[in-house]
Amino acid sequence: MHNFLFGIYPYIALSVLLIGSVVRYERDPFTWKSSSSQMLRRKQLIIGSILFHVGVLVIFVGHLVGLLTPIAIFDAIGISHGAKQLLAVIAGGIAGVMALVGGGMLMHRRWTDPRIRKTSSFADIAILALLLAQLVLGLGTVFVSLQHLDGHEMTKFMSWAQGIFTFRSGAAAQIEGVALIFKLHLFLGLTIFLVFPFTRLVHIASGIFAPLRYLFLRAGYQLVRSRRHRPLEERRRAYDKVQAKRGPSATTPAE
Amino acid sequence: MRVRAQIGKVLNLDKCIGCHTCSVTCKNVWTTREGVEYAWFNNVETKPGTGYPTDWENQKRWNGGWVRSASGKLHPKQGSKWRILANIFANPAMPEIDDYYEPFDFDYDHLKSAPDMTAFPTARPRSKITGERMEKIEKGPNWEEILGGEFSKRSQDYNFDQVQKDIYGEYENTFMMYLPRLCEHCLNPTCSASCPSGAIYKREEDGIVLIDQEKCRGWRMCISGCPYKKVYYNWDTGKSEKCTFCYPRIESGQPTVCSETCVGRIRYLGVILYDADKIEAAASAERETDLYGAQLDVFLDPNDPEVIAAARRDGVPEDWIEAAKVSPVWKMAMDWKVAFPLHPEYRTLPMVWYIPPLSPIQNAAQAGQIAMSDQMPDVRSLRIPVKYLANMLTAGDEEPIVHALERMSAMRLYMRALSVDGVRDEAIAARVGMSGRVIEDMYKIMAIADYEDRFAIPTAHREQNEHGADIRGGCGFTDGNGCSTGEAGKTTLFGGKKKKFALPQETF
Repeated sequence: MHNFLFGIYPYIALSVLLIGSVVRYERDPFTWKSSSSQMLRRKQLIIGSILFHVGVLVIFVGHLVGLLTPIAIFDAIGISHGAKQLLAVIAGGIAGVMALVGGGMLMHRRWTDPRIRKTSSFADIAILALLLAQLVLGLGTVFVSLQHLDGHEMTKFMSWAQGIFTFRSGAAAQIEGVALIFKLHLFLGLTIFLVFPFTRLVHIASGIFAPLRYLFLRAGYQLVRSRRHRPLEERRRAYDKVQAKRGPSATTPAE
Repeated sequence: MRVRAQIGKVLNLDKCIGCHTCSVTCKNVWTTREGVEYAWFNNVETKPGTGYPTDWENQKRWNGGWVRSASGKLHPKQGSKWRILANIFANPAMPEIDDYYEPFDFDYDHLKSAPDMTAFPTARPRSKITGERMEKIEKGPNWEEILGGEFSKRSQDYNFDQVQKDIYGEYENTFMMYLPRLCEHCLNPTCSASCPSGAIYKREEDGIVLIDQEKCRGWRMCISGCPYKKVYYNWDTGKSEKCTFCYPRIESGQPTVCSETCVGRIRYLGVILYDADKIEAAASAERETDLYGAQLDVFLDPNDPEVIAAARRDGVPEDWIEAAKVSPVWKMAMDWKVAFPLHPEYRTLPMVWYIPPLSPIQNAAQAGQIAMSDQMPDVRSLRIPVKYLANMLTAGDEEPIVHALERMSAMRLYMRALSVDGVRDEAIAARVGMSGRVIEDMYKIMAIADYEDRFAIPTAHREQNEHGADIRGGCGFTDGNGCSTGEAGKTTLFGGKKKKFALPQETF
């Protein structure tokens, strides 16, 4: 069972995440959205949403860097395991509390405001509940971590995550003996990956790529789309070619 | 010179009777769906008033449009790209639905299904969002109709800037006019500039600004970006929607629904050729009062052989060039200078223009001794203050407005002389710098306004825009989800659907 949950389930979850997202993006682009409810009720959203999103983003980047950076790199630049764990606990703890408070406000608003409640789908509420549960579990691990500050437990998770991503067999064995709360946190995290393509979470992907395109790929501000077969320069060249054939006297084609 | 064509529009406010036929036909065609009940792609406001959504003209509050920095560069008033992205989790400048109005319906069924009661049954309102009883309706799509509400509230109107407004609250001095509004299909739209997803774009062929429903992710920056508040968030689909300029109709040479059904025949559609290379400079004009003139400079004369040659070179179809020559929009904006952009100070270079209304003489008591100059009433003594119109249409510059009102006034005088006395009084025409022939043409187009004179719309060139092979097996005009069977409103794998909304029924 342990091997299934932490050796095989990660691959199921990540495959569904990847394939499901591609299918949804290609087949149902109209459903790909952030599903904002700010229009219906501004109250509690401004503070709640900012706290929640900033907190979650810090946690997400922290997990990404913390789990997937090879241990050798930390050793090479001289960051001890204990120091790294302390950083993770402090930064993660603060961000986690921010996200939990913000998420709590959003949940309260979604649950009690009649406008938001009536226009919410099951998935809207369920995914927020999952994320809140995950935040509580994640913050819960802090108390366990504080009991062993040498960073030894943490390196297990790094080995596990890197093992999964590098397709090493026996990755699950790395975290055989960790506390239950860690396992629950991991399992729920993988489950969130699993349901990602079927919920509004897909807007995370757009939230990462759209700003990059907006900032770095769009020259200036405006967008003009043309449905003509050829771009302007090509049209001009073709026109000039025809004009040249007509001889110098013909400045415009015959009408 | 980079020549592009746009179907422009002019609304003759002098003839608008405020019947709302445009709004109703538009709504019936485009926004009868759940999520956009509150949205009116076209609405008619009574002015002076704060409009819909409330106070939309106050950009200190909504941060719409553009600002010119000290260095002469433009950026959206809500912030440059980085600033916009920083607000992506919660948009501080976005209106709430209550700034428009909470959509409602009445328990009509109760009128016929109520049991025997001591009191007469009534149809009470319910919210179309929550289904809950609304005890008091606080706002509607046209809440200030015919000067509804207190003057103290209506006079928050932004156009009263530098107008001694207090006297207009008095019964004898009050004035009103209608302002039908729709998307301006700007040359420099802030909505598209604000969209992080790049879902909003202007079409090269006809200038229509559209939102790609498959690319929109619901970041909501366009709603605060648009200074006219003409982008609406559909709270059901989570996407932004706006006036489409009825592009399927325009492409086939038909007027937009609002124009087609306009009872007062105040709406005009025609081709305007413009120079895309001049847009940025025009929108960055230093003084706000220069923006109207700067936009005139962007437009290209379709009778100029150089322009025609450049237009052909850039691929503007021949019939579009011909249509530009007979465009009523060109005549009113450029030849006669009687049409003006709505709030040019937003720097969006709007393409739906307005002819200011003439109004009765300011004070009935003075009717015997009106200020007359050369037999013509002084347009500055008309009931609607010129400054008010100027704040609306020329960023406060009164000269162009006075000039236009004088020409319209002269048109009446000239035509009265012609039809009553049978005299072609060239002197009247000459006083406003026109000729009798031009005034008669102006009369034909602006007063008679035959269908053929109001609309000169060339069809889209499908042979240029579409490959037959690409559209083979396509699904034509669909609502949002392309050819996918995953329709909005049905339960699909991606995005579970909430229960179908139904108003609760009264039970006895």
